[in-house]
Amino acid sequence: MSALLEVKHLNVDLNLPAGTLHAVRDVSFSVEKGKTLSLVGESGCGKSMIALAIMGLLPPSGICSAEKIAFEGLDLQKMSEKKMSTFRGARMAMIFQEPMTSLDPCYTIGNQLVEALTEHKKVSAREARDRAVFLLEKVGITGSASRLKQYPHQLSGGLRQRIMIAMGLMCGPSLIIADEPTTALDVTIQAQIMGLLASIQQEFNMGMILITHDLGVVSRVADDVVIMYCGQVVETGNIKEIFNNPIHPYTRGLMECIPVPGKTKPGEKLGSIPGIVPTPIGDLWGCSFRSRCSLATQECAARGLELIKISDKRSFRCINPPVTIADA
Amino acid sequence: MLIYTLKRLGLAMIVMVTVSLISFMLLRVSGDPAISLAGEGASNEEIEFVRIQYGFDRPLIIQYFEWAGRALHGDLGDSPYLNQPVAQMLRERMGVTVILGVSALSFAMILSIPLGMLAAIRPNTWIDRVALSISVMGQAMPSFWFGLILIIFFGVHLRWLPISGSDTWRHFVMPTIALGYYATPAIMRLVRSGMIEVLASDHIRTARAKGLRWPRILFKHTLRNAIIPVVAVAAVQLGFMLGGSIVIESIFALNGLGNLAWVSISRSDLPVVQAIVLFLSTTYIILTFLADLLNAFLDPRIRST
Amino acid sequence: MPPVETQQQFDSGLGLEVVFPTPGQIMRRRMLTHKGFIIGGLMVLAVFIVAIFAPYIAQHDPYHQDLSNRMITPVWSETGSWEHPLGTDAMGRDYLSRLAYGARISLFIGFSCMAIAAVIGISLGLIAGYFGGMADMIVSFIITVRLALPAVLVAIAVVALMGGSIQVVVMVLGCLIWDRFAVILRATTQQIRAMDYVQAAKAAGCSIPWLMIREIMPNLLNSIVIVATLEIGRAILLEAALSFLGMGVQPPTPSWGLMISEGKDMMLFDPYLVTIPGVALFFLVLGMNLFGDGLRDVTSPEGRS
Repeated sequence: MSALLEVKHLNVDLNLPAGTLHAVRDVSFSVEKGKTLSLVGESGCGKSMIALAIMGLLPPSGICSAEKIAFEGLDLQKMSEKKMSTFRGARMAMIFQEPMTSLDPCYTIGNQLVEALTEHKKVSAREARDRAVFLLEKVGITGSASRLKQYPHQLSGGLRQRIMIAMGLMCGPSLIIADEPTTALDVTIQAQIMGLLASIQQEFNMGMILITHDLGVVSRVADDVVIMYCGQVVETGNIKEIFNNPIHPYTRGLMECIPVPGKTKPGEKLGSIPGIVPTPIGDLWGCSFRSRCSLATQECAARGLELIKISDKRSFRCINPPVTIADA
Repeated sequence: MLIYTLKRLGLAMIVMVTVSLISFMLLRVSGDPAISLAGEGASNEEIEFVRIQYGFDRPLIIQYFEWAGRALHGDLGDSPYLNQPVAQMLRERMGVTVILGVSALSFAMILSIPLGMLAAIRPNTWIDRVALSISVMGQAMPSFWFGLILIIFFGVHLRWLPISGSDTWRHFVMPTIALGYYATPAIMRLVRSGMIEVLASDHIRTARAKGLRWPRILFKHTLRNAIIPVVAVAAVQLGFMLGGSIVIESIFALNGLGNLAWVSISRSDLPVVQAIVLFLSTTYIILTFLADLLNAFLDPRIRST
Repeated sequence: MPPVETQQQFDSGLGLEVVFPTPGQIMRRRMLTHKGFIIGGLMVLAVFIVAIFAPYIAQHDPYHQDLSNRMITPVWSETGSWEHPLGTDAMGRDYLSRLAYGARISLFIGFSCMAIAAVIGISLGLIAGYFGGMADMIVSFIITVRLALPAVLVAIAVVALMGGSIQVVVMVLGCLIWDRFAVILRATTQQIRAMDYVQAAKAAGCSIPWLMIREIMPNLLNSIVIVATLEIGRAILLEAALSFLGMGVQPPTPSWGLMISEGKDMMLFDPYLVTIPGVALFFLVLGMNLFGDGLRDVTSPEGRS
């Protein structure tokens, strides 16, 4: 079965005054139909840049190159901007981190929802409105008909994020990219929105890329996981494999930062990873994690550190893993 | 919305009263109207006689209330110089100045909004540089000098346009350009920076992620947001231009309020000057009030506060 | 086999060797590469040099009338001579000498008006921005009233009534153009006041004057200097307009605006009488504005906007 989205050897460089920032380095992954892939990593590790590169929405200073970004069998890189815009919103939708500023303050919710559909499909205003009402109810907004007449500033962050989700669904896309959709929301709302996204994804059988730094969320909704550090993939695999047998020291470090039901005893101290993420500017080599890794040796600075593949989906980037691969 | 409107209206009223009081006092304190009315070489007795006859000897504040009370009824007094009702003089001259102001503002907007937009969409290209040059030069160019240069070039060298008077629309072309050019830099800068800011905003990213086509992103989502501050500035600029028309009108011999103000100042015809200052302030206040309402109409966030 | 590395080399592949420039370094680098800043600065400097060395540049007394040498055209025209490089005016006065001394007038008026406006505007802006509430309302009201008064007209009327002299022009203009100082200082002070370090100093028990002078003022300096350059330009243009209308600096003072006014009658035959002082005005104000805009670009945290 061919994947819904296949990304091969994606690089994104940002030209900054201080030099070229290698935001994304040689990232490959694929998303299957109806499955959720999670991109996990600390802030600034290039997760959002991957999403923007797929959508073709990189900022002007961003330069994207890849061997392949294939969506439904078509190479997005070779597509003209005009062709791209017929895909965006229609076949693939994106939900952003900041619901407070992601809606146009000058137009009503209804106007912005309807517009997402009428831009791509020839439907009557009535049909578009009905679709909007239907989806608003789907995302758990009550009194949706009257909500359509409201302006973004009259709604809370949680409601706005629900509306962003509904807007993404207007054309019935086959891929939805959610970039830290709950980061800007209250903790109490986060779980609701996450649950909503997961159930919507199931119901509409969409592929989803979920970008987050919260492994707890990942464990509940993802099928596959890509762990990123400093613009690189450090480990990939099926959700179970990653959680049961983390290989890369960074993944292991992340695992220690979250409580696990049954395993973490009350009062036990959760882990943390010392140090800060280096800035990927200039000429880079070796393992990016070596400045924070307790197991680092001189070999870790060697050039040409490749991903080591151990099964179809499972791979990692470490020459000195703390576990033997046979265990994994 | 109603409360908002009423609040603004109340504020506008208070500003009106204060402005009229200040302008009245300022002009009275700056010079003695009795001396100028009595004419040059008048004896002290003559000046004193004029002072008492016109009531200039009473406390200023009483004179103000008298003047303001009559002004409320549309009676702005008589010009002692021409023995004509000031209100009538104003009415006769107003048309020219309003036409000049409105056409100058239209000229400025037609020039600056598309240029500002283009400069924002294509930053650091030749069009951006042209827009930037126009705005930088426009700010530095004395408008009266620009008017004179236009006269020398289009009026005298090329003989395309009449250089003075206000009989036909052709007479208004050069004054419009000279006056409108003055407001262009401010509006263009605002459009440009507003467009750049909005284009970089999250909701434009959303619009692009929705797959909206470029014209719709540009005109529906970007311009609408970027134009909101422009409305207020355009109103302010129109007010400034009406005030600044005194210079342009005197160059092109346009028979408007500015010219009347200039002539009246040079012959110390105080009631006329006071009335014109009052008229221009009122116009400015009404314009900013209307701009506030228009902004509330354009920006739903203001409407609901 | 990988080469043996020391710890320092060890880290360098991680991008840790990238040294981010300090804000001061960034600013200096931007200053040296910002064309507008450099060119504008040089233009202003040039006018300053002319003003300071006016007695050496001027080959003649700028007030000396020589009716036998009237209307000599500049050196680049057929009838010109090096005796009077920029020709003479209708009274036979050397144009270059008048232009050089005029630079003194323009600069003096520009800077002193700005100084008066700065004192008024900065105080109002600081009070409104720092104290907020009632103080803010009152200051905002004063700003609104000031903007509602037509500045050019009021300036002309008051100067005409009080009698035109450089001192009067400076006073009147200074008292009229403080609005931008107040508006911008108010907004900036509000921003800074909300910052954590100001709150921290307040919590530590610093007195209000201490807070204003030590914590807030240094951060306002940029805005003040930028507004000041723009206001100097505006004051120079206003003075020129006033003098042009005959309601500002009085003859025979060599004010550039007055020179344009005096040359106006002859401009159809001898355009240089108008173009030369006009270009000088344009040059000075353009330089000021470029310098101010450049300064804003190089000092703003995110670079040019």
